[in-house]
Amino acid sequence: MKKLMLGNEAVARGLYEAGCSFVSSYPGTPSTEITEYAAKYNEIYAEWAPNEKVALETAFGASLAGKRSFCGMKHVGVNVAADPLFTVAYTGVNGGLIIGVADDPGMHSSQNEQDSRHYAIASKIPMLEPSDSAESIAFVKEAFEISEKFDTPIFIKMCTRVAHSQSVIEESDRLEIAQKEYVKNGEKYIMMPGNAKKRHPIVEKRTLDLIAYAETAWFNRIEEGNDNTVGIITSSTSYQYVKEVFGDKYPVLKLGMINPLPVNKIKDFAKTVKNVIVVEELDGIIETHCKNIGVNVLGKEIFGNIGEFSQNLVAEKLGVEAPKGKALSENVPMRPPVMCAGCPHRGLFYTLKKNKLTVMGDIGCYTLGAVAPLTAIDSTICMGASVSSIHGFNKANDGATDKNTVAVIGDSTFMHSGVTGLINIAYNGSNSTVIILDNSITGMTGHQQNPTTGYNLKGDPASKIDLEALCRSVGINSVRVVDPYNLAECDAVIKEELQKDEPSVIISRRPCALLKYVKHAGPIKVNTDKCIGCKSCMRIGCPAVSIIDGKVKIDNTLCTGCGVCAQMCKFDVFENVKEA
Amino acid sequence: MQTKNIMIVGVGGQGTLLASKLLGRILLSKGYDVKVSEVHGMSQRGGSVVTYVRYGDKVYSPVIDKGEADFIVSFEMLEAARWVEYLKQGGKMITNTQQVNPMPVIIGACEYPAELEAKIKNLGVDLDAFDALSLAEAAGNSKAVNIVLMGKLSKYFDFTEDEWLDAIEKSVPAKFLELNKKAFALGREA
Repeated sequence: MKKLMLGNEAVARGLYEAGCSFVSSYPGTPSTEITEYAAKYNEIYAEWAPNEKVALETAFGASLAGKRSFCGMKHVGVNVAADPLFTVAYTGVNGGLIIGVADDPGMHSSQNEQDSRHYAIASKIPMLEPSDSAESIAFVKEAFEISEKFDTPIFIKMCTRVAHSQSVIEESDRLEIAQKEYVKNGEKYIMMPGNAKKRHPIVEKRTLDLIAYAETAWFNRIEEGNDNTVGIITSSTSYQYVKEVFGDKYPVLKLGMINPLPVNKIKDFAKTVKNVIVVEELDGIIETHCKNIGVNVLGKEIFGNIGEFSQNLVAEKLGVEAPKGKALSENVPMRPPVMCAGCPHRGLFYTLKKNKLTVMGDIGCYTLGAVAPLTAIDSTICMGASVSSIHGFNKANDGATDKNTVAVIGDSTFMHSGVTGLINIAYNGSNSTVIILDNSITGMTGHQQNPTTGYNLKGDPASKIDLEALCRSVGINSVRVVDPYNLAECDAVIKEELQKDEPSVIISRRPCALLKYVKHAGPIKVNTDKCIGCKSCMRIGCPAVSIIDGKVKIDNTLCTGCGVCAQMCKFDVFENVKEA
Repeated sequence: MQTKNIMIVGVGGQGTLLASKLLGRILLSKGYDVKVSEVHGMSQRGGSVVTYVRYGDKVYSPVIDKGEADFIVSFEMLEAARWVEYLKQGGKMITNTQQVNPMPVIIGACEYPAELEAKIKNLGVDLDAFDALSLAEAAGNSKAVNIVLMGKLSKYFDFTEDEWLDAIEKSVPAKFLELNKKAFALGREA
């Protein structure tokens, strides 16, 4: 039966059908749903690891144990997992091992636009790149076959438009795969210099074997065209845009495996056409390969290496007139994402801004604390960077910034890679203040459990990290907990901790307002007779609060009754702030 | 059949994903090739969101580009104004007249543009603007705006009411079924 299926769900379906029985991942847009859907199959053990390095090492362990295994992450997650990555490339696998990575061209929800195909080349690991949901299923099945046949981990590379588009698929039954026996083999699995030196030539030979395989494999296919003045080489979602614009006009070499790339197949294709154009998002990976093997192609000089493509972009770049619409002549105000009404981060960020603090930021919903009117963040780099960078900042300033600088980091991000930075603060002794924004969930990626929440991926009760005890145990003696809905308390505690001549951790604790179990007081009531329109309540940037015709107005469809706005008001306009 | 394009635009949290799920389901049941492209992650936090639904004999691209949409269904007036450029010449735009102020307007950095309905019509756009929020509230829940709008859109398709209701039944939780059926009927009559 035909079904519409999200690309990421299709990857999970592929895992199921291919007999995969072990998944360990860390959430990250646009990769998260692969693991969430995989967890719905009883035949697959699935877990959220604290970070991508742990996830990949865990999945490698399961592969070593003889099971078909998977590890999923977003593009920047591969940076975290890069350490084991480059060495599991040497050891190879026992049960098949797939690393799922999702790139985000256009940066819909990411801090950079890195092209993870570079990792496949650098680590010498093959990479398959599906262009829709049906291919996502088929390529995952193929990937396990390649992984086991060539004794290599393998990438499945998604991008936002493949991961988050639904297209038509047909389901098949699960292949039952027996667990392989684990046999001790130090020369293969103990990567100390003597053994690694023997493995490296095996890896190079494997790449040559994979190139030979790529020459004739079904997933690198030529689609005939009726105009041979141009031939197009493409892959992933770019293939869809090319076909949308040109249909069957030009011959297309559609590549399913992006590393290693075939040589003769490309040379032969180029001979059948007059000009070869490579259409690929981000960097010129296919283009560089073509030029390296002596095939003259056009690519990045036409398309550039920034942002997402679309059918109109491909059309215009290749001289085809694209449809145009009619826009309003006036500017339409932007609608940037904002912290939700009732978000516990709001009160805390207002307090940071009010105290004019320098704030080292991190990755999560709270990055929105950088947006007006809160504008309370100075830097955002990557997972965990807030805690590490405040230490360097304060050390370099010889204590001059200790009393006006904080780091902010969410509970899941702190577990991912913040705790190591905190260990450094305690060990190397900077007088830094770290605020853990504990909203009891991984928020931005859509509510995933983590080691601080007390539940695992399958929703069962799990060991729950005691954040206060953890911080004390690494050597932080001053650990305080505040309620971010209480502005006076936040203000007092932050001031006290900044003044102390020792490192501190402040845990700002309130569950995410979108969690189903969180009960809200209900929309706050206002007495507009008392409102003078001073706009004090607007300084917290709540989407539920507006001033209309000089009086405050509450959007009852959004307001949760958190009462933070009421604490901004000097005229008792807000009434009935009650506990839920 | 040439590929047809429907865009669903709104504000993160308004329920645009459910509307696209419903459309995808009914179009697939009619035997079309279908693609639906969504936005997850940061933009969902109260930002401008868009979902693309495409159907036909063979659909390639998962997205809709400027000047390509046969229908745009907008959950909010400013979003209608933002995305109108994606409408095809002769396309149809359906919008909820609700205004949701974006943060730059809330903090006074700019104003919510006046008379957007008239300005969009002045572009020569075939615009059907109506108060879907009141109809959703009349059906029992302001969150049913998505199904009210689907009711309105359904008038422009020759699928039967039963086919739509069947798709709704498969797309919403059982306890909200009656509410959503009512919301659909109110939108279809509006």
